[in-house]
Amino acid sequence: MAALKYSPLNLGRWIVWGGTALLMIVLPLILTAGFTLTLLSQIGIGIIFALSYNMLLGQGGMLSFGHAVYSGLGAYFTVHALNLISKGAFDFPVTLVPLIGGAAGIVFGVIFGYVTTKKSGTTFAMISLGIGEMVAACSLMFPGFFGGEGGITTNRVIGQPFLGITYGPSIQVYYLIVAWALICMAAMFAWTQTPLGRMANAVRDNPERAEFVGYDTHRVRFLTLVISSFFAGIAGGLNCINYEIVTADNVGALRSAGVLMATFIGGAGFFFGPVIGSIVFFTMVTAVGAVTKAWAFYLGLMFLLIVLYAPGGFASLIVMHLPVFKARLMRRLWLPYAATVVTGLVLLIGLISLVEITYHYSLEAETAPEMTLFGFAFKVTDVTPWAIAAGLLVGGFIISRLAWTAVSRVWGDIVQVLQKQAA
Amino acid sequence: MEFFLISMLNGISYGLLLFMLSSGLTIIFSMMGVLNFAHASFYMIGAYFAYQISTYIGFWPALALAPLLVGAVGMAVERYGLRTVHKYGHVAELLFTFGLAYLIEESVHLIWGRASVPYKIPPLLDGAAFTLFSTDYPMYRVFMMAVSVSMLVGIYVTLTRSRIGLVIQAALTHPQTVESLGHNVPRVFMLVFGGGSALAGLAGVIGGNAFITEPNMAAAVGPIVFVVVVVGGMGSLAGAFLASLLIGVLQTFSVALDYSFVDLFARLGITVGPQTPLAAVWDLTISQTAPVLPYLLMVLMLIFRPKGLMGTREG
Amino acid sequence: MSTAIELKAVTKNFGNTAIIRGVDLAVPRGERHAIIGPNGAGKSTLFNLISGRYPVSGGDILLNGESIINLAPFQINRMGLSRSFQVTNIFQRMSVFENIRCAVLWSLGYKYSFWHRLGGLKDANLRAEEVMESIGLKRRRDTLAGVLSYAEQRALEIGVTIAGGAEVILLDEPTAGMSRSETADAVELIRKVSQNKTLIMVEHDMGVVFNLADRISVLVYGEIIASDVPENIRGNKAVQEAYLGTEAAA
Repeated sequence: MAALKYSPLNLGRWIVWGGTALLMIVLPLILTAGFTLTLLSQIGIGIIFALSYNMLLGQGGMLSFGHAVYSGLGAYFTVHALNLISKGAFDFPVTLVPLIGGAAGIVFGVIFGYVTTKKSGTTFAMISLGIGEMVAACSLMFPGFFGGEGGITTNRVIGQPFLGITYGPSIQVYYLIVAWALICMAAMFAWTQTPLGRMANAVRDNPERAEFVGYDTHRVRFLTLVISSFFAGIAGGLNCINYEIVTADNVGALRSAGVLMATFIGGAGFFFGPVIGSIVFFTMVTAVGAVTKAWAFYLGLMFLLIVLYAPGGFASLIVMHLPVFKARLMRRLWLPYAATVVTGLVLLIGLISLVEITYHYSLEAETAPEMTLFGFAFKVTDVTPWAIAAGLLVGGFIISRLAWTAVSRVWGDIVQVLQKQAA
Repeated sequence: MEFFLISMLNGISYGLLLFMLSSGLTIIFSMMGVLNFAHASFYMIGAYFAYQISTYIGFWPALALAPLLVGAVGMAVERYGLRTVHKYGHVAELLFTFGLAYLIEESVHLIWGRASVPYKIPPLLDGAAFTLFSTDYPMYRVFMMAVSVSMLVGIYVTLTRSRIGLVIQAALTHPQTVESLGHNVPRVFMLVFGGGSALAGLAGVIGGNAFITEPNMAAAVGPIVFVVVVVGGMGSLAGAFLASLLIGVLQTFSVALDYSFVDLFARLGITVGPQTPLAAVWDLTISQTAPVLPYLLMVLMLIFRPKGLMGTREG
Repeated sequence: MSTAIELKAVTKNFGNTAIIRGVDLAVPRGERHAIIGPNGAGKSTLFNLISGRYPVSGGDILLNGESIINLAPFQINRMGLSRSFQVTNIFQRMSVFENIRCAVLWSLGYKYSFWHRLGGLKDANLRAEEVMESIGLKRRRDTLAGVLSYAEQRALEIGVTIAGGAEVILLDEPTAGMSRSETADAVELIRKVSQNKTLIMVEHDMGVVFNLADRISVLVYGEIIASDVPENIRGNKAVQEAYLGTEAAA
């Protein structure tokens, strides 16, 4: 752990929070392309979901493979509630409907959480996986509640308009999401500054010591999980409102995997990490998914590389450079970084080519062997494109390794300078 | 009776397959503390490699080659992947294997597509081994059981009677001591990881054509293997054996039984109709609940006997 | 109850090996008691039994008259017993101040609250500052515990142990690995924080032991062979034998 003293200026904190809120409010007005609103809405919900996940992972040290259970069940309860409201069974403003999701999250957090938090570490992870699979398996068993293959649909434009807001247009739903996101972000941050929040950290770092200062580690983990599932349920409720449909995917393993990846990619060790992670995750899925069918492969590869070489996520990469900026040493890094980017690009092009050609080959080699990539047209049945791709991949790997050693060397020097300054 | 015996045999052969998977997982976990999320992925690529090889040179060479290939992949994963994340702790290792599992599945999508591939049972083994009452019992199932049992006996003998086996057993509990005695423990780890993966791959070779070879097969059997390990007790091979058979038999029987609570109530003279509260639950047949049963068993085990049937080690 | 800690015929086996073979001990309230003995005697095991880290195989342990043998560590801690560890056991990723504050939260009644803001807890913050001052780590307030020097970490270990205000304090080799001057500082610190409390200490450094302890018990192969005031222990033949062998004692 680096000997960094964090004395974040309160001003810095206000800027970050204020800036984020401002961005969230203003972005759709600037970027008006059709898909932006969809993407921003996804990111907004994803932020709540990922932050709730990080209460477990980053704050509490609990790796869960089944967090979608709480958000998904929250979504299901929300969708049924909405349908009941529109039938007149009871009155409840749509604006506050995500709270129903949150309530469902709490209930199931209590039920499943009690059992799962008896253990920690690897066992906890496996139990969470098992419970996730169990709930997902239940979804086919109870079509009345889960809606079977087709899921349950609903209509969010019900009840009296609130100040003229019907939630018909997506932009209104977006601002609802933003409002909830900001509230939840503030609430989850506030939690980290409470006794329970701090003891969750303590239990994460040293459960034995936490016991010996009087805390029941099981109880701490349990309460953390319940609060986390509350926010996950809210995210689920917003999902329901946004898409007006809830299916078994909402509780599925893939959804759990997604939030895990998003959180980790952003950085589990920092409060803002999951925020960054959600932005990166959804942007990548949308942007990359629009141009290639192999987006899931690239996502998996990126995740794996981050686990191997940057386990603190993007947030840690940013924070790592802050002292360098302060010491005005960034100029040393520009050239090595540029070299790495250029050489890395060669590697990336080689990789992408190989992946895309393979994909096309496995799908359509017989029927439609022609494809275009980066402006070049060729047949996947020829050897040349394969050879070029492989060559770029291998060559790019070699030269980017060289560029990387230069980067490491410069960093080594920088660290020495910084340490001398700190001493 | 016939149904019972056939299902029992099927359950045992499936259970033995599960044990091939869970034993490798348990050994790797006991020795390295790593729970290999990608273990079922090695099962899957074993099947796919076998399929690909058998289209070129037939099933029997595939039976020998595919597990070796998977073992090589496993060793590379340990050497270049696990060893890098080892210093970040168990959570990072688990995340790495998780990411690996995801990537392997996507790679399979990439290379072989999303549909299942026609990995077939070789004609020599495609037929009836014997006839039980009126049903022909498939030869291939017998073959599967034979391979499983001989492989496991081989492992047992290697672990307990060979020198490398002794080193492995020692390194299972005291890796540093073993290293200070001059053994190359990192190499042992690599071999064990490779060996465990090869075992999973072998399970894939023989299971892939008996069941189905598709990109989803890792995700379908992976969680079950975890359930086996938790129910049997983390770190216990004997427990894994018991739990594998138990769950294998449980799953095999449950998918075939169509009884529901409604039938039970009817026997007791109670009629249950669509208006009865919780009708949806009573209506469920055992076969419908089959996918959930292993997980239910795991949850119950965790509530009432958290260390599993024969557990010795915690996570 | 004037006896703070009482051990009655306590035994502990690991598998077939008996580590503690029947220990009787009574430490009155306010006493500073040291447990010494050769390596492998079972001193740390005894501590682990008292603090609830391991379950006893037989016998009873009483804290202020109440049996604590089946209680979890956190329950024992809440009854007023706190311990330090031989291998430094603190919250590595938190600052010195945060470490100590975590140790005071339960004793001040904040429990699992998620509605109190830590910054506004005057009593917790004040107490943490006091403890930090008394262990001499005030200037390292915001340093991450993981980067402190060894002696500083040991001091923090003691700080975390006593911060909750426990009446009975167990210190496991508090001066292990310290230099002469560090040890002297540590002894004064221990003397200060154990004022009016019951202290049980495992130590190897005889200087520390004879300096601090009101009474000394000698643990050899899982049994107490002598329990007396320091002067008498010094001259005790059995103790000399245990440490130095039969010839030296003769």
